[in-house]
Amino acid sequence: MAELNEGDSIPELHVTPDPGLTKRYAAASGDPNPIHTDEEFAKSVGLPSTILHGLWTMAQVARAHTEAAGGDPRALKRLEVQFRGMGFPEQEVVVTGEVVEAGDGTVVTETVAEQSGNQIIRNASATLEAP
Amino acid sequence: MPVEDKAVGKQWGPETFEVEADRIRQYADAVGEGSRVHQDAEAAKAEGFRDVVAPPMFAVVYSAPAMGQAILDPEVGINFGAMVHGGQAFEWSEPVCAGDTVTTTATCKEIYERDGKGFYVFETISTNQDGDEVVRATWTNIVRGV
Repeated sequence: MAELNEGDSIPELHVTPDPGLTKRYAAASGDPNPIHTDEEFAKSVGLPSTILHGLWTMAQVARAHTEAAGGDPRALKRLEVQFRGMGFPEQEVVVTGEVVEAGDGTVVTETVAEQSGNQIIRNASATLEAP
Repeated sequence: MPVEDKAVGKQWGPETFEVEADRIRQYADAVGEGSRVHQDAEAAKAEGFRDVVAPPMFAVVYSAPAMGQAILDPEVGINFGAMVHGGQAFEWSEPVCAGDTVTTTATCKEIYERDGKGFYVFETISTNQDGDEVVRATWTNIVRGV
């Protein structure tokens, strides 16, 4: 935490969801919506393919923060995001952002999650505190 | 057609969720949280946790029983097929560990229409077996073509 100062970038997180990821996340999270797991169903409702769960992508934004804070899950006190567009399996997700406030053991960040240049999470705001 | 807002103020739950280590491990693996504190009780205890500790976003798992009732309630009237998740906020307090019992209540905070879309805003508050708050969340769902 001490090394995160105002204006610093947080370490980028890069992750490429493998073809089976959405099924594993659906089972782990309990979200049964077939637009994430059934290719034929997704196409039947007008989507180009299955899409990522927004809350999985948000979990990547969360992970970028706990990793930036040294790996302690207690460090992440607040995370707010807006979902935009759709994320797709087998395309790299990149989380980037910077520290906008720092002081008294508290850090506030602004981040985005992008895929092929499209922001799929934007206006993410988080608070980290030294545990 | 204006959206119906009679469900504002309605509550669902309290719903309880028994947190099991295997469910934490399964969730941590799915989201790529690689720390041993999400896998191994001894590693977690060495870091000051009571037991295997959940990643912060595990909040979606223990909130789901109450939130699921809320978004599927006919009185709220969400057209589930046209719903997208618009925004999400969490504020975390006490960490959640294996063996905890988490109790969640959901409340409909706002329903409004903007640009032909319906906005349905819910709050969940989750507490542990000691009565300590573990997370407070705001869920914004958007329904196109209302």
